[in-house]
Amino acid sequence: MATPTLEKMEEAAAASPYITVTFRIRRFNPEISDEAQWQDFQIEIDPKERVLDGLHKIKWDLDGTLTFRRSCAHGICGSDAMRINGKNRLACKTLIKDINPEKPITVEAIKGLTVMKDLVVDMEPFFQAYRDVMPFLVTKGNEPTRERLQSAEDRERFDDTTKCILCAACTSSCPVFWNDGQYFGPAAIVNAHRFIFDSRDEAGEQRLEILNDKDGVWRCRTTFNCTDACPRGIEVTKAIQEVKRALITRRY
Amino acid sequence: MSSDTSSAQAIGDVEGVSLYDVDNPAPYIEAPRKRTGKTPRSTRGNFEMAAWLFMRLSGIVLVVLVIGHLLIQLVLDGGVSKIGFAFVAGRWASPFWQVWDLLMLWLAMLHGTNGLRTVINDYAERANTRLWLKGLLYTATVFTIILGTLVIFTFDPNIR
Repeated sequence: MATPTLEKMEEAAAASPYITVTFRIRRFNPEISDEAQWQDFQIEIDPKERVLDGLHKIKWDLDGTLTFRRSCAHGICGSDAMRINGKNRLACKTLIKDINPEKPITVEAIKGLTVMKDLVVDMEPFFQAYRDVMPFLVTKGNEPTRERLQSAEDRERFDDTTKCILCAACTSSCPVFWNDGQYFGPAAIVNAHRFIFDSRDEAGEQRLEILNDKDGVWRCRTTFNCTDACPRGIEVTKAIQEVKRALITRRY
Repeated sequence: MSSDTSSAQAIGDVEGVSLYDVDNPAPYIEAPRKRTGKTPRSTRGNFEMAAWLFMRLSGIVLVVLVIGHLLIQLVLDGGVSKIGFAFVAGRWASPFWQVWDLLMLWLAMLHGTNGLRTVINDYAERANTRLWLKGLLYTATVFTIILGTLVIFTFDPNIR
């Protein structure tokens, strides 16, 4: 008869944590074909691992041509936003066990931006909209010799929108952005909100004027796709409505 | 790779059906939001804000107007069976109901038109489609509003 310790070890060996998961990935390579197509990969993976680990496994062990962006792999850099099982998420923050690994896990590039290869999209229109709202502190007068102080309440006012990591999950989940890509998009408005409601900033008026554009905040249809998609839990739709309210109360 | 994307046959096919070559290059597609010579200097203005506000305010007023209209026409005092030329003539003899109906016509038409304008903006992808759909929409709106207003103001109860 084995000792209790040995028994436990045997049990652990029998119950391997690894399960077989099918990754259904939308592949696109403009040098080979002008059409994207779905490709299945079967891998052994611990369900407690993340979708990004699965993609790494595929790229490193099965098919080195699989292309995707990732930098920090810990939900901070915002490089690996992709459409997983039809929903925009960060591959590095999505656990396999949370997205029903019994069925194939679909992975595709975020929508509304030009796909360059596999899961990599051209982010330039997204960043152009971001640059358009002047995402930097604007002040008048001489530079103070010490920090620009702010009360805790003033900081709290825009705390939610400081969390944005510019992953484009919100903008590429917005049906208005899908149409022609001219809409500023939730991410740009969130980053404008961050400065408009900052008590230290003095260009709020200018930023509001920029967002009063024909493709600005008034194209928001409050579908809440952006709030659902945000991996940082920012209340994106609320921020957009606050900008709308600021525009109206300023005028009337 | 399990698919045939990497096979030589696939490459040949794609290149074989290509519409473009050196003399006839593929059109260059401008990226959205890119600054070009054709980009208007400013597309700002308060029109979109006014339209957005109008939708909210006219919506509130329309709830009162339309529910009142439906109650009077269909529910109170005998319901729909009482409606006839005499009923309409009697109502429009009073300036109050004239103003009520005029307001309802204008607000409902503009509210609906603005809603459809937004739908066209959101769903029509090509500039030409947008232009034609909006043209049709505005023509229909102007026609209906002018005709309705004309009827309300020139209504003659003794017409034979």
